Amino acid sequence: MSADTTQNPITQNTITIDGQEIPFVAGQTIMDAALAAGVYIPHLCHKPGLTPHGSCKLCVVDIASRSVSSHNSDRRVQAKFQVVADSRSVSACTMPAVAGQQISNNTPALNEVRKTITQMLFIEGNHICPSCEKCGDCTLQAMAYHLGMLDGHFPQFLQRRAVDASHPTVMLDRDRCILCELCVRASREVDGKNVFAIAGRGINAHLIVNSASGKLVDSDLETSDMAAHICPVGAILIKEHGYEVPIGRRTFDLHQVGEIGSEEIILTKVRHADE
Amino acid sequence: MEQNAEPQSDIGTPPNLRRIAIDPVSRVEGHGKITLLLDADNHIHEARFHIVEFRGFEKFIQGRPYWEVPFIVQRLCGICPVSHQLAAAKAVDQLVGVERLTPTAEKLRRLLHFGQTLQSHALHFFHLSSPDLLFGFGSDPAQRNIVGVLEKYPDLALKGVKLRKYGQQVIAAITGKRIHGTATVPGGMNKPLTVAERDALLVDIKNILLWSQDALALNEQIHTAHPEHYRFATIRSNFLSMVGGGGELELYHGGLRARSATGAMIFDQFDYRGFQDILREEVRPWSYMKFPYLVELGKEQGWYRVGPLARVNNCDSISTPLAEAARKHFREFGHGGFVQDTLAYHWARMIEILHCAESIEALLHDPDITGTDLVADLGEKRSVGVGVIEAPRGTLFHHYQIDEQGLIIKANLIVSTTSNNQAMNEAVRSVANEYLEGHEITEGLLNHLEVAVRAYDPCLSCATHALGKMPLQVELLDADGTLLDRLTKGSNGVIERTA
Repeated sequence: MSADTTQNPITQNTITIDGQEIPFVAGQTIMDAALAAGVYIPHLCHKPGLTPHGSCKLCVVDIASRSVSSHNSDRRVQAKFQVVADSRSVSACTMPAVAGQQISNNTPALNEVRKTITQMLFIEGNHICPSCEKCGDCTLQAMAYHLGMLDGHFPQFLQRRAVDASHPTVMLDRDRCILCELCVRASREVDGKNVFAIAGRGINAHLIVNSASGKLVDSDLETSDMAAHICPVGAILIKEHGYEVPIGRRTFDLHQVGEIGSEEIILTKVRHADE
Repeated sequence: MEQNAEPQSDIGTPPNLRRIAIDPVSRVEGHGKITLLLDADNHIHEARFHIVEFRGFEKFIQGRPYWEVPFIVQRLCGICPVSHQLAAAKAVDQLVGVERLTPTAEKLRRLLHFGQTLQSHALHFFHLSSPDLLFGFGSDPAQRNIVGVLEKYPDLALKGVKLRKYGQQVIAAITGKRIHGTATVPGGMNKPLTVAERDALLVDIKNILLWSQDALALNEQIHTAHPEHYRFATIRSNFLSMVGGGGELELYHGGLRARSATGAMIFDQFDYRGFQDILREEVRPWSYMKFPYLVELGKEQGWYRVGPLARVNNCDSISTPLAEAARKHFREFGHGGFVQDTLAYHWARMIEILHCAESIEALLHDPDITGTDLVADLGEKRSVGVGVIEAPRGTLFHHYQIDEQGLIIKANLIVSTTSNNQAMNEAVRSVANEYLEGHEITEGLLNHLEVAVRAYDPCLSCATHALGKMPLQVELLDADGTLLDRLTKGSNGVIERTA
């Protein structure tokens, strides 16, 4: 889809999120416009500056339709998540802002769905927060707190996933990967490399390394690459630097995940541990 | 999940959760089971204190990076996690080639460890064992708990609670949390102690010293004035502990010393990195807990005790004056020889609590403690690291081997309770010999067995009850292995005969 360009360019285009009128410029997504206006839409796979991906689905919002939507016409779905019948659910990070959109974001029903998605992310991987060095700096963990998640709810998958510690300075722990592809995009779009990719489909999807051996040591990944630092969980780590930030000074001891610009704070933190 | 230093107050019940109640009797298996085996003459032939819980930490840390290990293994315990973190950190120091920490880092680790030992000892005595000692072993379980102590001896109980709280404040100031914080990094510490944090800890230290002295005096009085205490479950054993370079009591770093029951030196100032040369572990099919022994004395004679009783007996002195005076009293009670009484563990524990309080005060006045030079220069990587520390309940060994990528390929932990395994069995046998009459296990016997085990270790009990209702099952078997009697106490304190 493309942005609505039929509006008068002099009159500022606006969308409405949870009753708040928000301006946007042509080409912006709902997420772009929201973040620019200081409105938080939960997300894990989005980072301003990287191509939107729409994979984590936490940023799903409801847009009121002029006619009854076919998206959520299933009454069982509507009943489970209390979805408004005449709206459609879209990923805010990929949906262009269109003037006049009436958007629901911070609603109990949507947050409930987001919590369920977060629970599924937790049980699909092996997230052992108590001993993880990303504890307190982990966006997934912070998201769980933000959404009021109290348990994993679903049975743990307990998957066996390989650790790749072959690289001298960077470690890949697939146990914690949530397939957000931030590393894939950062490597390609910022670092000018192509170190990571996702292979397999569905439940077999997993992060791979584009090298002859499939090992990090044979890739051209360097410690200074953004891809080495952008992981929102503890899947890609700088080796031998865990636990250097004391409890009380970790990212989410000092900040809320809903703070606008938290992605930059996290990136600064992982590059310079105690800032 | 965990993130914040402060516990969340608004945690509710997770939605869509069914609560399934498990009959306490079925949970006894996991917490305490004693089998008494009779010989053909109906005398106690052997007592087996079973540990049927399986933890598996040594296995599941394989494949994990070495710098993560202190924070995985500290989850072994909620009472003494600091000891595990520090023992693992000492091993990690070796892995990164650090021989000597900066003065500030070493003193911070010592302060942390004294805080840990103080709070653990306070918990062990006041919360878990004092009800037995103050009310009597066979008294009403409804009263024989810390709440009962609070009602009848409010001043004493409150001092115990405050002592533990202070130890936890020391831990929180250094690790960010009272339980399961983070402090160590390879070759040092991750945070200095600020002047404000130091000053906050100094506010109460005089009271802590006074209350520690009171606790010690009470224990000394209880033990020395009551033959039923000092004769209870007395066994004669070898002792193993760490000592400082001058033979003094040492909790953080030193050489290993083992002495026989008569006081004869088996080895002294042994470099713990070679502990496998002096210690072996025997596996017995009826318990998941191994049986360590001193190689020099062999499987039969080489079992030993660790912990406060071993340490206070084994050392030549204590570096702080009040605790040293108390140690001399203790040795006088043993008429120059070792005090072997099982319940003297509590007395020795309170001598150590006083030593911790004195040492904390000294460290808080040391200018190095608020220094900011926290991490030593790392040296050449090594593939093997051994960390040994005197945990509250005894000598704790952590032994790790890593591959060239920094991942753990082998781990062996000998925890204090394991070292005391045979001793607990012997103590149980001693109690059973004294209190078993005929072929019936009485409630009195069960209570006495519980007291003996608790002198060594509160962990089995704290796992489920913390208020003196240790789930326990005792079975009596004849020489043919036929079950003669079985008495079970659930975690609700209800005793049932289930034979």
